[in-house]
Amino acid sequence: MNNLDTTFIATALVVVLFFFLVRYDRQRRPEAIGFFRRNGAVVGGYLILGVGFWLIMTFIMPMVFMVDLSFHHKLPPSKVGGPEDVYTLDNYRMFLFGSRTSTESLNWLHLRSFFATIGISMALTLITFAISYPLAYYMAQSAKAQQLRVLLLLLIIPYWVNDILRAFSFRILMAENGFLNGILQGIGLTGQPIDFLGQNIALYVALCYSHLLIMIFPLYNAIDAQDHNQIEAARDLGAPWWHIHLFIVMPHAKPGIGSGMTLCFMLTAGAVATPLVLGGPNSLWFTPIVYDRFYQLFDWPQGAAYAIVLLLACIAIVFTVLKLAGLKLGEIAK
Amino acid sequence: MTTAIELEKVRITFGTFTAVHDTNLDIRDGEFFSFLGPSGCGKTTLLRTISGFTEPSAGVVRIGGKDMAGIGPNKRPTALIFQNLALFPMMTVAENVAYGLRVRGVGKSEREQRAMKLLDQVALTPHAHKKISALSGGQKQRVAIARALAVEPKVLLLDEPLSALDLKLRQHMRRELREIQQRVGITFIYITHDQGEALNMSDRIAVMNAGHIEQVGTGREIYSKPQSAFVASFVGESNELPGKVSRISDGMCTVDTPLGALSGRVGGDFRVGDAATLFVRPEQLRLAAPGGDHAFRARVDDLSFEGSMTHLGLDTGLAQDCAATLMTSNHESLPEIGADLGLSFNPLDAIVLKSGAPAA
Repeated sequence: MNNLDTTFIATALVVVLFFFLVRYDRQRRPEAIGFFRRNGAVVGGYLILGVGFWLIMTFIMPMVFMVDLSFHHKLPPSKVGGPEDVYTLDNYRMFLFGSRTSTESLNWLHLRSFFATIGISMALTLITFAISYPLAYYMAQSAKAQQLRVLLLLLIIPYWVNDILRAFSFRILMAENGFLNGILQGIGLTGQPIDFLGQNIALYVALCYSHLLIMIFPLYNAIDAQDHNQIEAARDLGAPWWHIHLFIVMPHAKPGIGSGMTLCFMLTAGAVATPLVLGGPNSLWFTPIVYDRFYQLFDWPQGAAYAIVLLLACIAIVFTVLKLAGLKLGEIAK
Repeated sequence: MTTAIELEKVRITFGTFTAVHDTNLDIRDGEFFSFLGPSGCGKTTLLRTISGFTEPSAGVVRIGGKDMAGIGPNKRPTALIFQNLALFPMMTVAENVAYGLRVRGVGKSEREQRAMKLLDQVALTPHAHKKISALSGGQKQRVAIARALAVEPKVLLLDEPLSALDLKLRQHMRRELREIQQRVGITFIYITHDQGEALNMSDRIAVMNAGHIEQVGTGREIYSKPQSAFVASFVGESNELPGKVSRISDGMCTVDTPLGALSGRVGGDFRVGDAATLFVRPEQLRLAAPGGDHAFRARVDDLSFEGSMTHLGLDTGLAQDCAATLMTSNHESLPEIGADLGLSFNPLDAIVLKSGAPAA
């Protein structure tokens, strides 16, 4: 059985399982109007085909393929599907122990980078939140319509710039003899230029910056939905501003905070272009390591295994945090 | 009685628009005071100024004798009940009530105790641990009152809090508000466009129009001795008969109207020849005996029988509609639609005021 067959069969299994779950979960109401009668044949057909294609062809199948691939050996094309193409845990063993055979010492080089990436992504998500929240609050509750339009434009237009151009311009901006160091030295804040790139500061700044909008919009939506009278009522009852934010606005905006933070964390931990361009010599971002599995070692199964480990870890963290915050997955999609 | 709130030449402007013109007003300690006026008259703006959300453009607001300039709403001894109540949906009923105490650093057990006591006073004890969304309109209303009272304000400000309720509940809540006010004994300032509410609950009422306070007085004073055409037409129903002053003597004056010369009390500073309007309430009009003396004649064009009262719509030939309200039991037979009637009234029950813009 070759890789593609497995993929097709696994995909079919996932889809069938999904339909069973739906069927089992929902009791059929006698008065329910049929899906096609409600939407018409054309729209109904489009919805099913479109969503079906999107889910199956672009999401489930590639993922299943990658999962399957990660349990294989790296083989030349001629040997794929042959007798040597057997299932193996080697790639995961590589990640943990740095060797296909020995389990004596842990693969600290990769593990450290893996945990650092996740830890720093969490910290950067919190920083991005701290930067975005005041802006989102201002936009949602204080700004007049005119100011809001201007602010939104000012926020959106910089995002027309693509990732790679932004990353390289940050490199120039924050280089040793770059613009920022020039200013800092010019006003006498530092004598020596600061090594923004080598210390990964440029990387962190760029990662925060690239995910600001992704944080601001869900926050803005959530805060905007709050009745301003509630904020005034809290103030009238004697609450200082921080109390209002902590206990009135943030609890209300919790789904928005959850959705912004989740997206921001996932995208930060999974960013590739920015760490490739801005990571200093000591950068231990995990994604470039994954990237190297694919394009330096040409070991796609190993790359798949590394990427899947990262994905699973991120999903686990997101679910844990959501659970701790008392949020359901459905709520953050509001 | 001491003064709870003192407004001295308070003016509030937004850009070029003046929402409240120079206003002087004393509100006494412990009274139920209402601001009555049509929407857009500036009453809510004035309330927000007292509570501290809006700073006056000129003038002084004093609460308990203290100038409130620069003191934010969180530092004022006032509590505001919002039109939509603005309860906190993420908290339980008891947590809502205790919020003001929590902000003040009152310990958890004490604030729970005090919240429960307040909830007991508004008969909500069994609902203490419910979510706000599980309550009915009237219950939410009482939570809002308890939450505001929890911070022990000197003045409770209420911004049309009953407007979202249905008629029956509204009438019930009027009585309840009045009872609560008498029990806690603090000043209530109540904003409403509903004259029934204002007349029913208040010790005193300020009638507002277009940023001015037109008259301050008890409900009775405002109803029976209106000082302006606006008050006469906004509070209660009035028949308006415009004309020219033809004679003034002994506090009475005669106005030449298209319906003839009619007399009433003088309600302003008039000279003979001035334009003036005579106001007489529908219930003050009486049917004249056929062939007897009457003030003016009119044709019945509408009749609605409502048990103890009968309302007549009258056509006098003037632009304004006229109406008369009769006690059904005082009449052996009621006029029919189309009948031509003579109507009279006691000149002491009518008042002559300067013609003003009609009430919106």
